Amino acid sequence: MTRSIARNTDITLTNLEGVPGKEIIAHYGLVQGSTIRAKHVGKDILAGFKNIVGGELKAYTELLQESRQEAVNRMVMQAEQLGANAIVNVRFATSSVAPGAAELFAYGTAVKVR
Amino acid sequence: MDILVYLTLLGMGYFIGNRRERKHYEDIKRREKSTLHVPVMSWGAKQELPYAHDAEMFVGSVVVANDYFKTISASLRNLVGGRVTVYETLIDRGRREAMLRMKESAIEWGASQVLNVRFETANIAGQSRGGMGAVEIMAYGTGIR
Repeated sequence: MTRSIARNTDITLTNLEGVPGKEIIAHYGLVQGSTIRAKHVGKDILAGFKNIVGGELKAYTELLQESRQEAVNRMVMQAEQLGANAIVNVRFATSSVAPGAAELFAYGTAVKVR
Repeated sequence: MDILVYLTLLGMGYFIGNRRERKHYEDIKRREKSTLHVPVMSWGAKQELPYAHDAEMFVGSVVVANDYFKTISASLRNLVGGRVTVYETLIDRGRREAMLRMKESAIEWGASQVLNVRFETANIAGQSRGGMGAVEIMAYGTGIR
């Protein structure tokens, strides 16, 4: 279920200031991706039941994971368009923008490494 | 009738919630032991990069919710102030679980170290009634091999 977040892409993602073992030869600036997701009513009702006994809400965990993947994919797409082969210093942010909806945001610096 | 429903929910929250928490802690401790051989560092961004062939980012996340008993007990605690132990254990469980998920996927990939690990906590406002509905905790870092 949880694997590397760089899926179906040759782009290397790190949250370090570079890629270990490689040197940065070009900077392309900030790239970002975001998505806003609302939850499914059915899932919310189930989660309401789960709130009686507590613990992990698997449906939400998966929902947020999918959304974060989507945000990362958008960021990666932007980097590909710029001709980068790595994104360094990747950060994440989550904020709930409205009741029942959350924004997932990923950003980093697109670079070319050798 | 109402009080009966209330007490049932409270009892369910207490007994089932407690059992699940105990089980979860056992699981966490077991997995923490079995992943002990891979060091996890919270530094790595500002230092000289360690030598490695490959680097890749890994994310682990979990959404945890409190049970009915914890909600009530925390709202009572609100009256007098002080440590809210019931929430402390919940968040602790979530944070350790998120970190384990990140670590396990890094190990699966073959990481020898995980650098620059960061945690993030977000209230995703699950239920509207009273305080903390659900909290998402995520951990992310860069694995090297």
